Amino acid sequence: MTVTGVPRIVTRRLGRLAPWTLASYLEDGGYDGLRKALSMTPEEVHEAANVANILGRGGAGFEAGRKWGMLAKSEPVYLTINGDESEPATFKDHMLIEADPHMVVEGALICAYAVRADQIFLYVRGEFALGLERLQAAVNEAYAYGAAGGDILGSGWSVDIVIHPGAGAYICGEETALLESLEGKRGYPRIKPPFFPAAVGLYGAPTIVNNVETVSNLPWVMRNGADAFAALGEGRSKGTKVMALSGHVKRPGNYELEFAKVTFRDLMFDARLGGGIREDRQLKAFIPGGVSSPWLGPQHLDVLLANDKIAEVGTMAGSGAVTAMDETTCIVRAAWRIVRFFHRESCGQCTPCREGSGWVEKILQRIENGQGREADLDLLMDVCDNISPGVRWPPAQTTICVLGPSIPPAPASGIRMFRDEFLTHIREGRCPFPPDRLPGRVAHV
Amino acid sequence: MARLTPHNEQRARDLIALYPHPRSALIPILHLLQEQDGYLTDDGMQHAGELVGLEAAEVQGTASFYDMFHTEPVGKYLIAVCTNIACLLQGAYELLEHAEERLGIAPGGTTPDGLFTLEDAECLALCGNAPCVTVNWRYFGDVDREGFDDLVARLAAGDLDGEVPPHGTLCRVRRSVGLAAAGASVHGYGGPVPAPAESSRPGAIADEPTDGVDLETFATTPAVLALDGPASPDDGAAPFDDRTEP
Ligand SMILES: Cc1cc2nc3c(=O)[nH]c(=O)nc-3n(C[C@H](O)[C@H](O)[C@H](O)COP(=O)(O)O)c2cc1C
Ligand code: SF4
Ligand code: FES
Repeated sequence: MTVTGVPRIVTRRLGRLAPWTLASYLEDGGYDGLRKALSMTPEEVHEAANVANILGRGGAGFEAGRKWGMLAKSEPVYLTINGDESEPATFKDHMLIEADPHMVVEGALICAYAVRADQIFLYVRGEFALGLERLQAAVNEAYAYGAAGGDILGSGWSVDIVIHPGAGAYICGEETALLESLEGKRGYPRIKPPFFPAAVGLYGAPTIVNNVETVSNLPWVMRNGADAFAALGEGRSKGTKVMALSGHVKRPGNYELEFAKVTFRDLMFDARLGGGIREDRQLKAFIPGGVSSPWLGPQHLDVLLANDKIAEVGTMAGSGAVTAMDETTCIVRAAWRIVRFFHRESCGQCTPCREGSGWVEKILQRIENGQGREADLDLLMDVCDNISPGVRWPPAQTTICVLGPSIPPAPASGIRMFRDEFLTHIREGRCPFPPDRLPGRVAHV
Repeated sequence: MARLTPHNEQRARDLIALYPHPRSALIPILHLLQEQDGYLTDDGMQHAGELVGLEAAEVQGTASFYDMFHTEPVGKYLIAVCTNIACLLQGAYELLEHAEERLGIAPGGTTPDGLFTLEDAECLALCGNAPCVTVNWRYFGDVDREGFDDLVARLAAGDLDGEVPPHGTLCRVRRSVGLAAAGASVHGYGGPVPAPAESSRPGAIADEPTDGVDLETFATTPAVLALDGPASPDDGAAPFDDRTEP
């Protein structure tokens, strides 16, 4: 396995003393990547991104350079950085924004230069109070240093950066909902087509939406060259990926690893990474790419962490969030909690998503509380089928955005992998795991 | 209560000046209102609408969509216990149950002294330190029952006043710069451009004093997430311990 010897790209400065300050950033070659970019033409910077083949780190895995190439030819052009990170079990952008905000700012500036953006908006999840403070301080410092605003670093190129706080809505991570939110509206995803904000985005203008981690790669790519980036990883999956590891491992945390070289087993069990399952218990199942992804079991541990390899086993790399569940995990409760999330966060525009999520949540809740019926399993799959016909992967979509089709994977994985456990709940009239009910008053309302 | 004070109205106008269209400043202005009053009042939302050119009903329609906005008073400290998947696996519901007992309220409730409001929260993006809790969106990771009790006691005693501002205050660092990029295009797209308020000319904000917290002090406040744990530079990978022990 290849954990050692690979440079860390987006987390390289973590562990420094106060890495979020400009002084610390400059000591590590901060803004040299921007300087390099400004010595090139925007087309050359764009070409470097193409060579580096940076896959979008926000979940969909679309090549950044290819997205930039889809911009409609009109003015103005906006760049929006997606820092809304709310996909359960994903916590990498939160860390990058707090720990290395100048890197995010520099990455956004390089991206803005390549796409000739007229203004940059950093959309940051509203709950990230400290992240907002660190990022605002970094933007203030960047202006004072001359890296943002007018005549950047003496190049004659100018662009403004505005930090925009969200206000608590998962759906605003979906790029068209994000743009609606940025226009001061409810975060309702837009009806497609138009499919891409690059054609019709903020206020109808061509807009690039890229994830925080995606653009954070750019300063390194500029300084070290696109070839050095492309030399890491394999196939389409170049460079490194921050894996957000959570759940029943001994050492949960964010680990930046070379793409396509490390397996799920390495991530969860290597002593330098996850360190194995807590109390050396058995791994029961794991969620490979955020709660929207179908689950995998121990038989899939040797799958490589690469978008195409993970897709081959019928699920997705998503945002890079891996959650381990050990043998003591109640699968019904885990599936219930995930569906409850989607029900709470559905924006309500589409009936299958709005109503279906509530149905699935209710049925799972009654099974967990010992009041399920055997027919409930078929009913669950039937409701899932109404939300996303076929309950297959990649999912069919009948809704405006993919939050709808994200509802079935957890319950469907649970039933397919652990049908007997569902039946035990139903036949014994109680959950076989302690506590034998959903804890807390909330579960009984 | 409570329209924006003249000082905050100016801050709202400064926010509007940052966007191509005034309406985009609505959510930041609502945060400002919540900072001023602790929650959103009808008068405040009316005022926000006047500033960005919307009816009060439109403002309420937008505000009600977002979970962070409260149109009823909440406690000085809003304690959000994450119960989503990573935290659930580490005992979040047991922690929430404990919090309910300790505070004597169910999620959504506020203690009679107006000090604490409890929330059953979705993923807070600190899943590596599960279970976790935020107080007015300041993060505390790896919280067990004793840790929770200790946190509540310290909040009640005012020991954490420096780290945890009252509910509604989000970003204590003020933007100290105006828009500086040249070019009409930034403000010239898609529909009538509003007449800029006095303060919104590019550069005007930059000349005003920053009324945010002292950055030096802030950056060295120990209660902010301590991400500067030891990394192993030659290891290629290291976990980052992003938490504050309550
Ligand atoms: C329901 C939903 C939530 C999303 N949440 C996020 C998010 O929090 N952060 C993010 O970067 N992308 C999120 N995305 C993906 C964005 O729509 C978009 O693909 C991404 O920001 C593009 O950036 P990238 O190409 O750099 O990955 C979400 C998508 C959906 C459907
Ligand atoms: S699928 Fe769900 S979240 Fe997406 S637009 Fe429809 S109702 Fe809203
Ligand atoms: S699941 Fe609790 S912080 Fe993410």
